[in-house]
Amino acid sequence: MSFLELKKVTKIYPNGTKAVQTTSLNIEKGEFMVFVGPSGCGKSTLLRMVAGLEDITTGDIELDKKIINKIDPSERDVAMVFQNYALYPHMNVYNNLAYGLKNRGLAKDVIEKKVNAAAKLLQISDYLERRPALLSGGQRQRVAMGRAIVRSPKIFLFDEPLSNLDAKLRIQMRLEIKKLQRKVGVTSIFVTHDQVEAMTLADRLAVINNGIIEQLGTPIEIYNNPTSVFVAGFIGSPQMNFIEGELKNNKFKTQAFEITGIKSDFDGKVILGVRPEHLVQANNGLIKFNVDLVEKLGSDNLVYGEIKDKKDLLCYRTPGNEKINSGSKLALNIQENKLYIFNKKTGKRII
Amino acid sequence: MKIKPLQIIAHIILLLGVLLMVVPIWISFASSTHDSVTILTEGMKFNLGDQLSRNYNEVLNEKGGWSEEVTAGKMFINSFIMAFGIATLKVVISAMSAYALVYFRFKLAVPIFWLIFITLLVPLEVRIFPSYKVVSDLGLTNSYTGLVLPLVASATATFFFRQFYKTIPDELLESAKLDGASTWRFFIDFLVPLSKTMIAAMFIFMFVYGYSQYLWPLIMTTSEEYWTVVMGMKIIFTESYEGVAIPRTAERFAYIILSMIPPVLVVVFLQKWFIKGLIQTEK
Repeated sequence: MSFLELKKVTKIYPNGTKAVQTTSLNIEKGEFMVFVGPSGCGKSTLLRMVAGLEDITTGDIELDKKIINKIDPSERDVAMVFQNYALYPHMNVYNNLAYGLKNRGLAKDVIEKKVNAAAKLLQISDYLERRPALLSGGQRQRVAMGRAIVRSPKIFLFDEPLSNLDAKLRIQMRLEIKKLQRKVGVTSIFVTHDQVEAMTLADRLAVINNGIIEQLGTPIEIYNNPTSVFVAGFIGSPQMNFIEGELKNNKFKTQAFEITGIKSDFDGKVILGVRPEHLVQANNGLIKFNVDLVEKLGSDNLVYGEIKDKKDLLCYRTPGNEKINSGSKLALNIQENKLYIFNKKTGKRII
Repeated sequence: MKIKPLQIIAHIILLLGVLLMVVPIWISFASSTHDSVTILTEGMKFNLGDQLSRNYNEVLNEKGGWSEEVTAGKMFINSFIMAFGIATLKVVISAMSAYALVYFRFKLAVPIFWLIFITLLVPLEVRIFPSYKVVSDLGLTNSYTGLVLPLVASATATFFFRQFYKTIPDELLESAKLDGASTWRFFIDFLVPLSKTMIAAMFIFMFVYGYSQYLWPLIMTTSEEYWTVVMGMKIIFTESYEGVAIPRTAERFAYIILSMIPPVLVVVFLQKWFIKGLIQTEK
C-alpha cells in the first residue's frame, strides 16, 4: 500500500484544455519524487491537485489510506513551497512560520518551540524578527521551507522553488533541500523544468509531457534507458544527438554512414540517438564530423559541428585537456551498446 | 549644490500655489480676530486684531438657530459623527465588496462591478428625492442613521480596493489556504494589513467628503439638534445684533476657521500612516 496514490486522475479545464491526462502514480512514504517536464506540460497542475488548489476532474487521490478529493487544502495536511515563495509580506519571519500553527489552534508555547526548532534547522534563527522584504533570496527560500517544515505535514510539495535564485545559490539550495528531506524524512514531490535539478534531487523521476507521464523511474534508469525520443532528449545535458535515417534488414542507414548488426526487425523511418558523452574518436571512425565551435568548460569540451554529407548538428563531449580547434575534421565512433533507436512516427524506443 | 534655473522656476510656481491656498485662509483668520464693526467699516483685515478670544468664545458657546438651542459645539459633534460614520462605513463596505468581487469568482462579478461603477454617474444630488423618500419612509429623518446611511456605498473606493487586491499574487491566497486561513481570516489577516495605506487614504478622502456634505443634511434634518457645521455656515450668525443692523461678520469668520480644523486634523493625523506605508514598500 502506497502512501500517496493517484488513481486514474485527469484534469480538464472548463475551456476544454486537457491539462492532465489519465495518470496513475504511487509514491512511497519518505520518497523524494520529482516531476520534470517542459513548461505547460501539466506537472504543476498535477502538484496543485495533490495540494487541493485545483479540482480533480475524474479519478481519486489517496493520501495515507484516505481519499482526499473533496477535502479542503487546509485539512489535507500538505505543505507547499511556491516558486515566488509567497511569504506573508506584512508579517515577520516568526509569524510567517507560526501562522499556520496558530490557525490550527496550537498553544503558544508549543508554537514557539516548533518555530524555534524549524528556524534552527534552517539556520534562520537570527532573522526571526525581520520582515521578508529585508531578506535575501536564499533566506526567503529558507523561510518558505521553514513554513512547510514547521507544520510537520504528511507531504511537502515544491513548485519550482529554485527557479528564482541565481545559479550558484540554486546549486547550494538544491543540496540543502536534499539533505533536509533526508533528515526530516517527509515524503516530497518536487516540480521542476530543470533536468539537472531533477536528476540530482530525485529518488524517482516522472518525466511528464503533454499531461502524460512519459516515463517513471530512478534518474539513472531514465538516463540509461529512455523509452521515447522526448525523454531521451529531455534528460541529459547537453542534449542527446538525434540523427534521422532508415532501418531495414538490421541495418541503420543515412546518406553519411551505415550501422549494421542492429538487433531489430523494424522496417521504416527511425531516429538514431546518441549522447555526446558516448562518442569516441577513432582513426577510421564511422561519423565524419566538421567542428564548428568548441565550448571549453574547463573539465570538459563540448564540440559542436555538422556531420559530413548530412546537415545534422552534432555535439561531442571530450575531456577538457584534449585540444580541438574549430575547423578541424574528426572521425567519431559510437561506444558499444550506447546507441538508441526510436520509431520516427511514434517516438517510441525500438532498441 | 548647484541650483538649476528650472528648479528656481519650479519653486516659484509652487510658492505661488501655496500663496493662493494660504492667503484666503490667513485673511479669514485675521478678520476673525477683529470687531465686526471694524470689518464692516474697513473691510477684511491682513493684520491680527484683539478680539480673538471674545469672537471664538461667542461662536462656540452662543446658542443659535431659530429655537436658540443649537451651539457651534453641537454642530461640530454632529458633523464629526456624520463624517466619521460615512468614512468608516464606506471603507469597510468598499473593502468587503471589492474582496467579494475579486476573490469569489461568481458568474456575475464583472457585470456587478460595472453596475457599481455606473453609480458614479448618479451622485446623491441626482437621486436626492428618491433617497429622501426612502429614508423618510424608514422613519430615519432627523437621526444620525439617516444622515449617514444613504452615503455609505462608494463606487470609487470599491474600485480602488478592487485594483489593489488584483495586484496581490494568487500564491499568497493559496499559501494562506494551505496554512488553514478561512475566507474571513484571509481578509482580516492579509488583505486588511496589506491595504493599510489604501485604507488610510480612502478614509481621508471619505471623511472630507462626509464632512463637506451640505445638501443632504439640509434636506434630512428639520430639528436643529442634527445640524452640521457646513449647514451652519449658511444659517448661523445671519441674524443681526438685537436692534442694531450690523452683520456679525467677525464671528462668521471665526466659525469658518473653526470649521476647517477637523478635516485638517484628520489629514495631518493619518498622513503619518500614509507616509509610513509609502516608505515601507512591501513586496
